[in-house]
Amino acid sequence: MQRFSAWALARNALSGQTGWQRQWRTPEPAPKYDAVIIGGGGHGLATAFHLARDHGMRNIAVLEKGWIGGGNTGRNTTIIRSNYLFNASSSLYDHAVKLWENLSQTLNYNVMFSQRGVMMLAHNVHDEQVFKRHVHANRLNGVDNEWLTAEQAQAFCPPLRIDAGMRYPVLGAALQRRAGTARHDAVAWGYARAADALGVDIVQNCAVTGIMRNAAGAVEAVQTTRGRIETPKIGVVAAGNTSVVMGMAGVRMPLESYPLQALVSEPVKPCFPCVVMSNTIHAYISQSDKGELVIGAGTDAYISYSQRGALHVSTHTLEAICELFPQFRRMRMLRNWGGIVDVTPDRSPIIAKTPVPGLYVNCGWGTGGFKATPGAGHLFAWTMAKDEPHPINAPFTIERFRDGFLIDEAAAAAVSH
Amino acid sequence: MLLIPCPYCGPRPEIEFAYAGEANIARPADPAALTDDEWAAFLYQRSNPRGLHAERWRHAHGCGRFFNARRDTVSDLFQDSWKPGEPAP
Repeated sequence: MQRFSAWALARNALSGQTGWQRQWRTPEPAPKYDAVIIGGGGHGLATAFHLARDHGMRNIAVLEKGWIGGGNTGRNTTIIRSNYLFNASSSLYDHAVKLWENLSQTLNYNVMFSQRGVMMLAHNVHDEQVFKRHVHANRLNGVDNEWLTAEQAQAFCPPLRIDAGMRYPVLGAALQRRAGTARHDAVAWGYARAADALGVDIVQNCAVTGIMRNAAGAVEAVQTTRGRIETPKIGVVAAGNTSVVMGMAGVRMPLESYPLQALVSEPVKPCFPCVVMSNTIHAYISQSDKGELVIGAGTDAYISYSQRGALHVSTHTLEAICELFPQFRRMRMLRNWGGIVDVTPDRSPIIAKTPVPGLYVNCGWGTGGFKATPGAGHLFAWTMAKDEPHPINAPFTIERFRDGFLIDEAAAAAVSH
Repeated sequence: MLLIPCPYCGPRPEIEFAYAGEANIARPADPAALTDDEWAAFLYQRSNPRGLHAERWRHAHGCGRFFNARRDTVSDLFQDSWKPGEPAP
């Protein structure tokens, strides 16, 4: 792998930028691997990276039916935070935030992680009580989160309107300062490059069409559009398509897939310093380094794989944003799209072994998987390599639905649920 | 926004409707007789197909009634809809 550094930049600037290599190979799939990851998004690529780096499994492949990072990794609003309520969740998401903090160095790739702060607005007494409970729970778990008055919230985010004439006045806000954003494409590319350098085959345009099991019930191969690949371990990291892929192995999942929308405005000069979200009136906004306002809208009501959403869903969000930030009322939106998110009944993910030997699944991240990318990759790789969960993801099994140990983050999972 | 065929009122815009999940999931007659796995499957497991999906809708801002429909989850096109209790077309 050609390392990026100030020296490399200078040398290539002087040689007319002709010295750069391709960042990862385009290999043909081999007939046999020690492990196969289905899904080349951020989570799948991070899993491959950690399998290769931490567990010495280098004869592995990531199979992606489209192009890497072209699914939800390239469609999300890039928010990273860990202010979840329950112990299991806050340790899971904070594990990821800690990895985010060094990710650019780990991958030798600038993922543009920016801890600009995520502020969640309270508009009524119930919000205020819930957020204060979150603040206290987070601080007991060692996760930073603090309560701001409306005036302090406006000082942190000057475009915010806090006057009493609003339909839903701002009473205060919970602020996690370590939270922020990262460049989503760079996360996929950085992990792909680092995994490829460790010998991982990243096979794009290769859809899995079947999962073969042997007489003992264990997985033995995957059938793909580019041939059969034998492997004793399969990690399914297929986000919205998880139910479909797991169905190939005969496993029914506690998942439903919904379109989640996002949209961006025309690019403007820096005008918005942090991330602001409001669960109650459903606003969700930040500004990318390119200058676009990045806005997260809600999910559609019905399951769908269409990767589109209805206009009334994004209109609802834009109305809330115009109310909170009147300066944006004349902004024009450039693009709007949908990603398919797999939602569990308790809105917490599944990172676990399955009833099928050799089959592992990382899914159910719903509307908030991007923030967990490094942590999920690390924990899922651990689970696959050791055939047992890491203590952090031990509660996030499929069996929790049978055993009644749900991790009910529906209220904490910000907007969209 | 979808145009949804209510079998009572005809095609109406999606905002008049509430989605009510996968169709044909009957509550077991004797829950106490079920194993934990069977009960969890009833409560939580869903088909979530990529393709034709039988689902329930309620015309919340219209006739207020539940009905069944089949929709392709990739194109979002409705194939048909029918009243509860009637056989699927």
